[in-house]
Amino acid sequence: MSEKKIDHTRRNLIVATTAVAGAAGAGAAIPFAWSWWPSERAKAAGAPVEADISGLAPGELQVVEWQGKPVWIMRRTKEMLEAVRKSDDKVTDPKSEVAVQPAYAKNENRSIKPEFLVLVGICSHLGCSPQSRTAEAKGEMGADWPGGFLCPCHGSKFDLAGRVYKGAPAPVNLEVPPHAYLSDTKLLIGEDKKGV
Amino acid sequence: MANRLTALWNWFDARMPSVAEEFRKHMTEYYAPKNFNFWYFFGALSILVLAIQIVSGIFLTMNYKPDANLAFGSVEYIMRDVPGGWLIRYIHSTGGSAFFIVVYLHMFRGMLYGSYKQPRELVWIFGVLLYLTLMAEAFMGYLLPWGQMSYWGAQVIVNLFASVPFIGPDLALWIRGDYVVGDATLNRFFALHVIAIPLVLLGLVAAHILALHDVGSNNPDGVEIKKKKGPDGHPLDGIPFHPYYTVKDIAGAVVFMMLFCVVMFFVPEMGGYFLEYNNFIPADPLKTPAHIAPVWYFTPYYSILRAVPPLFTSQFPGVLAMGIAVLILFFLPWLDRSPVKSIRYRGIFYKSALAIFVVTFLVLGYLGTEPITVWGQFGPWLGNADVATVAARIFTALYFAFFLLMPWYTAIDPCKPEPDRVTM
Ligand code: HEM
Repeated sequence: MSEKKIDHTRRNLIVATTAVAGAAGAGAAIPFAWSWWPSERAKAAGAPVEADISGLAPGELQVVEWQGKPVWIMRRTKEMLEAVRKSDDKVTDPKSEVAVQPAYAKNENRSIKPEFLVLVGICSHLGCSPQSRTAEAKGEMGADWPGGFLCPCHGSKFDLAGRVYKGAPAPVNLEVPPHAYLSDTKLLIGEDKKGV
Repeated sequence: MANRLTALWNWFDARMPSVAEEFRKHMTEYYAPKNFNFWYFFGALSILVLAIQIVSGIFLTMNYKPDANLAFGSVEYIMRDVPGGWLIRYIHSTGGSAFFIVVYLHMFRGMLYGSYKQPRELVWIFGVLLYLTLMAEAFMGYLLPWGQMSYWGAQVIVNLFASVPFIGPDLALWIRGDYVVGDATLNRFFALHVIAIPLVLLGLVAAHILALHDVGSNNPDGVEIKKKKGPDGHPLDGIPFHPYYTVKDIAGAVVFMMLFCVVMFFVPEMGGYFLEYNNFIPADPLKTPAHIAPVWYFTPYYSILRAVPPLFTSQFPGVLAMGIAVLILFFLPWLDRSPVKSIRYRGIFYKSALAIFVVTFLVLGYLGTEPITVWGQFGPWLGNADVATVAARIFTALYFAFFLLMPWYTAIDPCKPEPDRVTM
């Protein structure tokens, strides 16, 4: 067929309708992709939770579930807080400059009250849940281990303030979630507007 | 009776002649090289395993419950209470690993005989797409039993996406549909695993085979049989696919099914490689098992992921390396600059490179199943580094060297001349 015989208006019509139909087809993917965001129910289930810490003895660790994640509340003894000071030069980010935490937990102990450490127990590497290794675990963790956490998946080590040790695959310190004290024995996790 | 059947067929053929036409085109008049060997079983076997997975999967779906509270129990119910349920589940779990064994051997055949080279680049590309889709299918299926490995494996893999700069965390949230892997994740993976991805697989298989039949099969000698045609217009070295290769493939399928049954009836867990022991414990979002590793077919890439150190407090380089390790396969047809296709006529460079590559892939695969402490530590002279981590780094470098240096070592490889016709 020679160039002259082509009816360009008809061809343009085909091109235009195809383009519009294509755009509409691509647009049709939007509602489907949209449906993948967390549902209202999932968001509601991710609401703040209250934790009763009255029964927590010094040195003990309590786990509560918030947004399906383990949140650790650890009551640190004096020795444990001293151990945190001593690991300052062994951790990548001692001042928690790049770490995720609310402003009120960006301090040397990474907590509101020095005693109580609140952390999201999810490794900043690939999302496994690290496990507590107390100072007694020296056999496994080395003679100078002052206590802390070990991720079973890829061996990242964290100190008693959730700060990551140098040389670990985890890039940053463990996250401190937003939290607040509703009273001396009641902690709210996931929100910090009420209380202190 | 015979007359009745012929009459029925003629009635059908008059109304839908394309059935006979397609059968001729793809079976009785598809001329395949006469020198196919052992390595040519695995394409047909892949189709067989795909069929096994679809059928056993349909029957598992009849008793499985895609619900975070019910999933684990429903799998136990299938194993203990559904008549023959254990058999159906073992067919499907053995089939999953068998699929990867067969596909890995099938891909290796392509590398042995240069089947990806011109003019079969598209056959190869559809093949790599099949491989990627198969990985997605296996990954999502693995979440469904909702055991500890299902859960934490999915948690780790989805978190890989979270390391993408800027959009990462939102992307991971969107994939999960919740703040952690949960019921929403399980439900959508179920939908993708049982219908969406199988449809894509079937479409890709069709494209893969149509592309192959348009250019014709390669063979262990790597010579193009279409270059030498007889007076009837058919390749001199070709034989009709049906009945010659259908019979050969059926014989292969029988042997394959025997091996399959041995595994399925006697060692369905395969020492924890096909079904990991930790997966017999229900998912616990608050506690990661002491040692987590993906199923064996993902472990070479998992090793690469672990081998790459974080950079500027980001895990992304490892994730990127792992992604590239798979995607680089797409470029193989253009990285290989050898004038010959088959290993039979390649020179010492490609032969050695391929041998090193096979060892590399196996070692990386092994290391990925073990904790990084398996081989102990070096002394203080190497900063007490884990031997396995250092080894994984070396083998990761070798993995990439195989591909990235290929344009160079295949170009200078002292090849032997290809014969005119295939040899037997
Ligand atoms: C579901 C997965 C797959 C199925 C069902 C499948 C099926 C087949 C079949 C039936 C053939 C023809 C018979 C044969 O040559 O063995 C074939 C050929 C081929 N396949 Fe696949 N395949 C799959 C995956 C792959 C993958 C992952 C690759 C590579 C990355 C690949 C690359 C090739 C190549 C290059 C050929 C041509 C081989 C030659 O002519 O020498 N295939 N495939």
